[in-house]
Amino acid sequence: MSVHEQFAEDLALLALGSLQGDQRAAAEQHLAGCPSCRRELEQLRGDMSLLALSTAGPKPPARAKERLMSAIANQPRAQRSESPPVPWWAVLGWAAAAAMIIMVALLWQQNQTLEQHVANLSAELKQQQAELANAREVVATLTRPDAVVTVVTANTRPQPQGKAFYVRDQARLVFIASNLPQLPPQKAYELWLIPANGKAPVPAGVFKPDVRGSAAVINPPLPVGVEPKAFAMTIEPEQGSSTPTMPIVMVGAGE
Amino acid sequence: MAQLYDRYSSIVYSVALRVLGDTGAAEDVLQEVFIQLWRNPGLFDSSRGDLAAWLSVIARNRAIDALRKRRPESEIDDIVISVEPDLAGDAERARAMEKVRGTMGVMPSAQRSALEMAYFEGLTHTEIAAKTGEPLGTVKTRIRAGLLQLRKAFQT
Repeated sequence: MSVHEQFAEDLALLALGSLQGDQRAAAEQHLAGCPSCRRELEQLRGDMSLLALSTAGPKPPARAKERLMSAIANQPRAQRSESPPVPWWAVLGWAAAAAMIIMVALLWQQNQTLEQHVANLSAELKQQQAELANAREVVATLTRPDAVVTVVTANTRPQPQGKAFYVRDQARLVFIASNLPQLPPQKAYELWLIPANGKAPVPAGVFKPDVRGSAAVINPPLPVGVEPKAFAMTIEPEQGSSTPTMPIVMVGAGE
Repeated sequence: MAQLYDRYSSIVYSVALRVLGDTGAAEDVLQEVFIQLWRNPGLFDSSRGDLAAWLSVIARNRAIDALRKRRPESEIDDIVISVEPDLAGDAERARAMEKVRGTMGVMPSAQRSALEMAYFEGLTHTEIAAKTGEPLGTVKTRIRAGLLQLRKAFQT
């Protein structure tokens, strides 16, 4: 062992606690960076402890033990794990239990989410059914023969009439008609959107009136943003046409 | 704890008694050392040395503190001790005791007394030099040589 000679005696004095002041500070500073001198200090303390053996012999009086035992009975003890180390496999049970708890929690949460989802869907469905029934009722009302006309011109066949509700920017169209003449076999009415810019008429739904001559076209597929000049109706083959077949049976300009 | 006490109380008590020369004061040191150990078993780490050696050094330091009526100076837990003989068993301890006494017996008396003054009376080398009228360097050398001689006795 290579102990630094200049510290050799100081280390012995340090072990005994008799090194003071600057010398002690210098020795301690050296020790901090010198493992071999630290080792030597540990050994010197060991040597020193042997000196204690030269005195061993006298035993403490019996009352000292009783005093100690009653004293420690009242002493708090520092927290330190004195229990035997837990074997690694003992952890598995706890890990499994923890995993189970987490899984149950996740499943419960998922179940809650799904239940909420189902509740939302069924509420939505109910609302939509109500809205649909309402819409049907509205359409039925709108497409019924006009009572006022019927009363006023009791002996005259009511004039066919249609009304288009068109929302250009959303391409929404509701067209209702009443008192339409019955069609020849394999024929149907077709509604046309006549654009204001002079382009070709856009097909806006093929339909047949019921026995009372009432009919409705609701939201046929239309391009968005077509400015209407008028709506017109022609008689076409049942499957409809892409261009109107003359003559126009009804026409109306937008309000 | 009772077991530790039965095994080591004699070492702790004899050191304290030798230093303090008073049974009551020695008992107080004994009490203090064991209570410290009880309160904080982590203080002693078996990888840092032999428990008997550790206890004897702690007991000696506490006794010197008591003798000089000063506050405990050394932190108990920063003491690491390395000792050759295994002092855990009673038989080993008895053999080591014989060896220490034998070694001390054959030491030059000036060396032995310098060592004993430093160890049991807690005198500094300056105080020993003043008391014996010897040069400071000589006292230092004697103390270290004495400790090394004890070490050597256990290395053969």
